Amino acid sequence: MGRQTPLFGLHQELGARIVDFGGWDMPVQYGSQIGEHHAVRRAAGVFDVSHMCVIDLKGERTRAFLQQLLANDVAKLKTPGKALYSCLLNESGGILDDLIAYYLSDTFYRLVVNAGTRDKDLAWITQYAQAFGVTVSERADLAMLAVQGPDARAKAAQLLSGADAAAALALDVFVGRALGSWFVARTGYTGEDGFEIMMPAQDAVAAWRSLNSLGVASCGLGARDTLRLEAGMNLYGNDMDEATHPYESALAWTVALEPRGRAFIGRPALEAIIAAGSPRKLVGLLLEDRGVLRGHQKVLIAGVGEGEITSGTFSPTLERSIAFARVPVATGAAVQVDIRGKLLNARVVKPPFVRFGRSLIT
Amino acid sequence: MSNVPADLKYTKSHEWVRPLQDGTVEIGITDHAQHALGDLVFVEVPDVGRHLKAGEACAVVESVKAASDVYAPLAGEVTAGNPKLAGEPEVVNADAYGAGWLMRLRPAPGALEAAQLLSAAAYQEVLDAEGD
Repeated sequence: MGRQTPLFGLHQELGARIVDFGGWDMPVQYGSQIGEHHAVRRAAGVFDVSHMCVIDLKGERTRAFLQQLLANDVAKLKTPGKALYSCLLNESGGILDDLIAYYLSDTFYRLVVNAGTRDKDLAWITQYAQAFGVTVSERADLAMLAVQGPDARAKAAQLLSGADAAAALALDVFVGRALGSWFVARTGYTGEDGFEIMMPAQDAVAAWRSLNSLGVASCGLGARDTLRLEAGMNLYGNDMDEATHPYESALAWTVALEPRGRAFIGRPALEAIIAAGSPRKLVGLLLEDRGVLRGHQKVLIAGVGEGEITSGTFSPTLERSIAFARVPVATGAAVQVDIRGKLLNARVVKPPFVRFGRSLIT
Repeated sequence: MSNVPADLKYTKSHEWVRPLQDGTVEIGITDHAQHALGDLVFVEVPDVGRHLKAGEACAVVESVKAASDVYAPLAGEVTAGNPKLAGEPEVVNADAYGAGWLMRLRPAPGALEAAQLLSAAAYQEVLDAEGD
């Protein structure tokens, strides 16, 4: 048996199929995975993401610390509540994790990191925090619900009192704020609008039930995976890990090389990679033939070489198979994928595949 | 609780077999199997004329989450693949024992007897042992 979130009993009561995810017993689906996917694209769904790790960083030099720790630059965060997506790199430029950093005040930042990397991240962050006098606190007392979909914000706001609801609905994209004992952020991992809400663990079951009664569908990690793939968002451990760097993971946009003087961990290694040129890139694939692309299938590029699928699935929105693949940088528009010995045709496309309920594939 | 029709034969690997009037057999996956797989999005059935050995991987059923092999319950020659499944794989979820059949086989001589297929009661015991 793995670790359980405060919502585990409710998941069982709702008939969820439970699977191990990074050492956690998590719901993969409640009924139809495709039904849950469509609920998020067309209306609203709620996910238990309490297994993710919330880390609070406090101290006078927290910003300077994060400017050393992260590949993206928290100096971009000018207004309290604003969030930033970043990689956490090792000295070789390999990706230890991807995370969200919230700027709450000059002496208080909050990180949200992946469940499966929690122990590694905490050890890494704590080790570097000492020199800056920054305190590192894991917020295991919090549950986190992701409410996602075109109707998600309006539904979730009904859980809040009038003034707090108005404040939540006024949040800009990628901004969060504390509302009472809850922290509500307009973020997500689905390609839809919505909130991610951190709350005291004891509030989670009642909040979930209220959302269900408002018509928000319970959604599992299965739908979360198809939604994030359609939305062109990487999954740590599948699409990137310590053996890969941001420039071969479609994450160059998250590395802040300016200002040039900012000495973040992994910077010298990344500069060497840029100077030499990354031999590989991460691209989106759309399967032209019938079948389903899956992680680790071999990609063949005529006259260029070979690559590998990092994540693949059936896209419920497009009703075709889509994937991310790491391929040689010279790869053009057409590739083939080896599926059980058959070579099927796939087209290289630029993710996202789907955003706000609509296909971006032409 | 899975549906296990009494008039069919079964395998431990969750295929069902229905003897037809013309001496061929119809093969599919059980209700338990379709439920465990979840929403099917792709089904690959064998080509007509292919000779299958008992236990040979002969079809693939893929849900959103994963691909699974289907094994030939008995030896024989494929006489039909269900043409409906190319466009509507979800039919297997909706009607595993009917419209969601996968293939028809002409059994090799003695293959039906040699296959030692399970009765509905024996298959139910397999499910019970798996905790279904």
